[in-house]
Amino acid sequence: MKCEICGKKKATVHLTELIDGQASELHICEDCAREKSLQMEQQFGLADLLAGLSDFGKPMTEKPQQPARVLQCSNCQMTYDEFKKHGRLGCSECYDAFDRPLGVLLKKIHGASKHVGKIPSGGLPASPKPEESASSGTDSLQELKEQLQQAVLCEDYERAALLRDQIRSIEQQG
Amino acid sequence: MELDDLIGQTGEWLKGSGPDSNIVMSTRLRLARNLMKIPFPNRINKRHLDDVIQQVQKAAGQISHFQNTTFFRISNLDTIDKEFLIERHLMSHEHASETEGKGLLVSTEEVLSVMVNEEDHLRIQVMNSGLNLFEAWRIINSIDTALSEKLDFAFSPKWGYLTACPTNTGTAMRGSVMLHLPALVMTKQINKVLSAIAKLNFASRGFYGEGTEAIGNFYQISNQVSLGHSEEEILENINGLIRQVIEQEEQARQALVVQNKPLLEDKIYRSLGLLRTARIISSQETVELLSMVRLGVDLEVLNTVQREVLNQLLIMIQPAHLQKIEGRRLSAADRDIKRANLIRQKLGGDTNV
Repeated sequence: MKCEICGKKKATVHLTELIDGQASELHICEDCAREKSLQMEQQFGLADLLAGLSDFGKPMTEKPQQPARVLQCSNCQMTYDEFKKHGRLGCSECYDAFDRPLGVLLKKIHGASKHVGKIPSGGLPASPKPEESASSGTDSLQELKEQLQQAVLCEDYERAALLRDQIRSIEQQG
Repeated sequence: MELDDLIGQTGEWLKGSGPDSNIVMSTRLRLARNLMKIPFPNRINKRHLDDVIQQVQKAAGQISHFQNTTFFRISNLDTIDKEFLIERHLMSHEHASETEGKGLLVSTEEVLSVMVNEEDHLRIQVMNSGLNLFEAWRIINSIDTALSEKLDFAFSPKWGYLTACPTNTGTAMRGSVMLHLPALVMTKQINKVLSAIAKLNFASRGFYGEGTEAIGNFYQISNQVSLGHSEEEILENINGLIRQVIEQEEQARQALVVQNKPLLEDKIYRSLGLLRTARIISSQETVELLSMVRLGVDLEVLNTVQREVLNQLLIMIQPAHLQKIEGRRLSAADRDIKRANLIRQKLGGDTNV
């Protein structure tokens, strides 16, 4: 089947559009799908879906005629294009550098884009922290900080504010 | 510990004990961890690789969980040794290719292993026998916590543990359970079960790991999703799913017994007979026959065979194991003879060679 827009390439994206309650089917090629998704962004929430079908996680705000901004990690110099080719990120900082498209991609893979599991105990490289394990006072401070992190993650801001005040008062006493 | 010390021993996960061990062979949990800012192994240079190995070794040296572990540099191992470790499920195929700057920590009982500089800086693995996800989690969680006090793990509050592949981001935890499902295969229900599993976002693969076909009715089921659920939730989900599969398998077993017990018993005894007498046998045939004998043990048709011996055999009949036992390279034809000898010996068959 040929693309119904350009009539040249093979139609690989199949859309059902609802206009005034009337469903119409559209069979188009990847390039036209990308164009179309840009046009549709204002009207429909479909843009991400289309982007995913044609080109995962490509930022949809870019106009095609503008030269694409190269997303690159400043720590390991990996570009987003390289990542797309190999499917592996270059270092932990890539997650910041590719924040927006990665968020879309993670949501697609996992159906969620927010971590709710374990949090590391806040250790630092190869330096044991005897002062922390020595006093129970700082232990509970550490615990409070962990709880604060949890509360923020769970978007429980009331509890987070309470915990923050508690932490402040302990730190001022110390 | 020397690598050769492992040849004669049965890893903890092969003991054939633990909850639901009639259907579940073993449980494995894996956590991926990376060090902040250091490029991931696919993008790293030699100096950084060595730096990661040193950091991990130093941290392990200060943690009691690692007291009984041995460190191997993969580049120091020969081909058979590497295959041997893969066959024991202690490391991946990927880890054995491109060996530069890679390491492996293995505990004496083979419960804990850590691949250093595989796809991620650390791949921590805990294996145990039977359906034992929460016990495995208790162990691996405390190891991970201890390590996180010594190493600066890459973590973001938004996305959790940061991994080289986005399919692992979040908890970076993969739980997999090895099941023996002969009755679901024989009653032709297995495809239905596997496709339901896939719909629920779980992966299933064969006994010998990623990319392998299921032979001898052994299947590994693991979670795909690692972000958006806590470790406990993910484990509950896997556990719930596995419980259902176990129930299905048990019903199918009952149905087989009710429908045609003599036929089933005939299959089981013939399988044992072949294993006890064969002079030349391939690994594929062995695994298929072992599966039937195992079913015989589970259904208490056979009382003279130990499940642990059957588990041992599944591991020992593999090429690198046979060659380690013989202490030399063997051609495929020689291996089929040595394999048959080993099986007869282990299953109380005729040992005249």
